[in-house]
Amino acid sequence: MKWTQLFRRAAITVGLASTLGLATPATSAELGYPEKEELTFGFIKLTDMAPIAIAYEKGFFEDEGLYVTIEAQANWKVLLDGVIDGRLDGAHMLAGQPIAATMGFGTKAEIITPFSMDLNGNGITVSNEIWEQMKPNIPKMDNGLPVHPIKADALKPVVEKYKAAGKPFNMGMVFPVSTHNYELRYWLAAGGIHPGYYAPHKGDISGQIDADALLSVTPPPQMPATLEAGTIYGYCVGEPWNQQAVFKGIGVPVVTDYEIWKDNPEKVFGITKAFAEKYPNTTIRITRALIRAAMWLDENNNANRPEAVKILSRSNYVGADYEVIANSMTGTFEYEKGDKREVPDFNVFFRYHATYPYYSDAIWYLTQMRRWGQISEDKSDDWYKEMAAKVYRPDIYRAAAESLIKDKLASADQFPDFSSEDGYREPQTHFIDGIVYNGQKPNEYIGKFPIGLKAGQKL
Amino acid sequence: MTSSSLSISKPASWKLSLLDNNLFNSAIRYVAVPLTGVLVFLLLWSATAQNIDTSLGKFPGPAAVWEQFGALYQEHERSREKAAAFYERQEIRNAERLAEDPGYQPKIRDYTGKETFIDQIFTSLITVMSGFLLAVAIAIPLGIATGLSRTLSSAINPIIQIFKPVSPLAWLPLVTMVVSALYTSTDPLVAKSFLNSMITVTLCCLWPMVINTSVGVAGIESDLVNVSKVLRLSPLKHVQKIVLPASVPMIFTGMRLSLGVAWMVLIAAEMLAQNPGLGKFVWDEFQNGSSDSLARIMAAVIVIGVIGFLLDRAMLQLQKLASWDKDSITH
Repeated sequence: MKWTQLFRRAAITVGLASTLGLATPATSAELGYPEKEELTFGFIKLTDMAPIAIAYEKGFFEDEGLYVTIEAQANWKVLLDGVIDGRLDGAHMLAGQPIAATMGFGTKAEIITPFSMDLNGNGITVSNEIWEQMKPNIPKMDNGLPVHPIKADALKPVVEKYKAAGKPFNMGMVFPVSTHNYELRYWLAAGGIHPGYYAPHKGDISGQIDADALLSVTPPPQMPATLEAGTIYGYCVGEPWNQQAVFKGIGVPVVTDYEIWKDNPEKVFGITKAFAEKYPNTTIRITRALIRAAMWLDENNNANRPEAVKILSRSNYVGADYEVIANSMTGTFEYEKGDKREVPDFNVFFRYHATYPYYSDAIWYLTQMRRWGQISEDKSDDWYKEMAAKVYRPDIYRAAAESLIKDKLASADQFPDFSSEDGYREPQTHFIDGIVYNGQKPNEYIGKFPIGLKAGQKL
Repeated sequence: MTSSSLSISKPASWKLSLLDNNLFNSAIRYVAVPLTGVLVFLLLWSATAQNIDTSLGKFPGPAAVWEQFGALYQEHERSREKAAAFYERQEIRNAERLAEDPGYQPKIRDYTGKETFIDQIFTSLITVMSGFLLAVAIAIPLGIATGLSRTLSSAINPIIQIFKPVSPLAWLPLVTMVVSALYTSTDPLVAKSFLNSMITVTLCCLWPMVINTSVGVAGIESDLVNVSKVLRLSPLKHVQKIVLPASVPMIFTGMRLSLGVAWMVLIAAEMLAQNPGLGKFVWDEFQNGSSDSLARIMAAVIVIGVIGFLLDRAMLQLQKLASWDKDSITH
């Protein structure tokens, strides 16, 4: 069986590492001291910043000789600018940010990521009013609760009604190159609602060309208030801002990103390429601390999660109430008030190789940028691969992971098999519309979508 | 912004009541009446707060805010303990490294934890005072120069008139960009964010002080100017002996005006740019959306108000000390 093989290989590797460890005491000195010891990292108040908070609180940064200050940022733009101008040494970033920055969509700067921060963790919430209108279109289970996942098909008649009445159907997402933008667009398009195109070559970066639903930017913590004010009818955001809407009775989360694409890659840790080149030891040490934090978060079947929630609920991190954060972080998710369901993998920080920066994850983001016109012209498959390799840096991850294995802080079976790993996940099948994603063939993938730009198309 | 608005002379009746000073009367005037005012305000606040209960949160009443003051203080204490542990760990770590790597120059780094509410108060105070003093250093010589020279005055006047009504917050993005471009030391003496806030404060302090100083200097009685001419004072002596003493009341009026504005602007700038200080505290709490957030914001609002009031009183005392024309200053 594959499992036993895997186990044996792991046991051998661990044994090997420990004998090596005996021969030469595995001191961190082999890696070299960090070149820069005082660092400042930025984050946005979302539960998926947890690896940074945990690495700080559990002393993993200090173990690496790093003295880190963690600062909440006002929004994703401020955060990105902070990393570019050096005010921040690194930050919790949207996966699309380093890619877009390197590509030159928005601010141009070379940003890399050696560490992917989590899988899943987002949801789409609609206002109570829209929910009431959607409800009749959703099939029900025997106990009267709606069948999940809820598709945007149920929203389509509502959007059409608004369109017919000449009212714009506004929705919020957090940033033009955010996971949330692509997830919301993916969900809407899968249900036949056009989320609109971007046309940067014509100076149109509003993303509302041909749109049925008009998407605009709202910072995560302000989503519930904006929904309450009626400026938007729904939004896609990370936790705790979906559960917050449930707690306050403002809106109803209809779908999680886990249901749109099971185990989708989410945030990354971003640093500038210049930083990684100037401070190679520091970069590896940061990655080591973050890997340890991610391991801690998923350890013993999420046993540490309640403690993590307590830390995150402090005002210097996420700051929302314990109960609100705990809802998603401890494996459940509350949809309509009272409809609490098990989603054990709502937040994944380490298992399923969540932290490994797969090229195929970067390429998925690039395909969505192309699909919605943020990349205005056709690119070859090789271009996608080159761009991914510029931004995603499994080499740094590997160095960090191997030194952790050497120091017996981790075992080899916890990581991908580095000797054979090519950075591409197996074709992914768990999408809400059933379309299969193969990172090796981005152009073929883009061609599969009924809604979205295809090869040869230019606005 | 008329400079004379602050120097209303006391009504005669007020003087009289002070003369036949009655202890009971003044106790009522200075203790009982203000206390009643505060009490009535607290009651009104408490009653209104109970009726504002939105889905985004309940408006905090006085009790909730008081509780948060306690919580904020405890947080501060805890943070101090953590800081002490941080320094201890650091010393051990430095010693270990020194043993392994004798060439290492141990360095004690500042505590990396978050600034507490009390730290933020001091950050804001230091920022506002630095910005203000920098403005004093620029505005007063400039004001004297424009007050003395008609030509200079008419050269600078249009610029002052155009920039004076601009909200200093509009300068903030420009200040931020210029500071990041010019201030690029790897081991900076002060943080960029501090410079940004400070320069923004300076920009808003500048104009009232320049204008008041210049008006004060230009308005010196011609007798004094003639005396200076008769005595053939050198320009420097003229400024030192005649101009400065005569225009001190106006200079201080300008300073007091601008300090008040500076404090207001600083909090807004901190909120906007996320620079450390009370403004950032308010914004962070707003972003948290925890059930305590509103009460914490209210606590900060009260502290901001009290500090603003104390700053104004301090300037008033300074003005009284520096000015001999006591009658020209009241409250």
